[in-house]
Amino acid sequence: MLMLSFLPSLAGGALIGLSAVLLLVLNGRIAGISGIVGGLVSAIDARLVTNVAFVIGLLLGPLLFLTMFGAWPVVRIETSLPWLAIAGLFVGFGTRLGSGCTSGHGILGLARLSPRSVVAVAVFLSTAMATVYLVGVGGVG
Amino acid sequence: MMVLRIIAALICGSLFGLGLSISGMLDPHRVRGFLDITGAWDPSLIFVLAGGVIVATIGYRLSRLLPRPLLDRRFDLPTKTAIDAPLLLGSAIFGIGWGIAGICLGPAIALLTLGIGPAFLFVVTMLVGMTAHDRLVPRLISAEPMKGARP
Repeated sequence: MLMLSFLPSLAGGALIGLSAVLLLVLNGRIAGISGIVGGLVSAIDARLVTNVAFVIGLLLGPLLFLTMFGAWPVVRIETSLPWLAIAGLFVGFGTRLGSGCTSGHGILGLARLSPRSVVAVAVFLSTAMATVYLVGVGGVG
Repeated sequence: MMVLRIIAALICGSLFGLGLSISGMLDPHRVRGFLDITGAWDPSLIFVLAGGVIVATIGYRLSRLLPRPLLDRRFDLPTKTAIDAPLLLGSAIFGIGWGIAGICLGPAIALLTLGIGPAFLFVVTMLVGMTAHDRLVPRLISAEPMKGARP
């Protein structure tokens, strides 16, 4: 199970890292999804057009996967709709307040050895693990 | 230059979405299995972080050699350095939501393409949460110095 699943994870992670590096080297920007999507909703971001282009690309990603592998990625959502709605609120509010999520803090923040990002990753990983422990893996279904 | 920046953002977004699709991060079951360290822990997703951080570390070091990005005038890097309450509180709130759903921001957007109903609901409330933050929190913060300024 681990042998089957860790290579695609490593390759996928490397692609995410490559995407982040290209955005930095070409456009000078941190590929933080909370910043990019947040820039769309708050409409105060001067780089609205490039943010929209990035999000369109993000939407095309699974289509590229379908073209390359002939199947959609596996998606199993087990959380019930009311809990999903609450989780969405928490994820949206929390990433804006904490200035980042798994991509901005997790990938580029750690690569830059930013103390803020190291702390943020430690906090959100531990609260996420504690949440799964408290509600149980199937406990919100 | 603007057109090139738009094309670059589109390509970077596509690579990001493809990477998420390949990595397993689009599957909330696997994400929650990764977070379930006391149960049937599935550690494979740690390799997503490992692969991403290794490539980004090399790329970030190389980018420091450039005086400016290839398609823009300057690098737009975070300037905050303080480990403050919003960082800690926001990250904790995000972690709770991530643990409940097994979905974070990038995967939530990419899941829209698969046309899965529950993912749409998640994205809608996520955008509501972002908007709520952007409307409410700057007001609270801007009110603080006034409190301190009182005699």
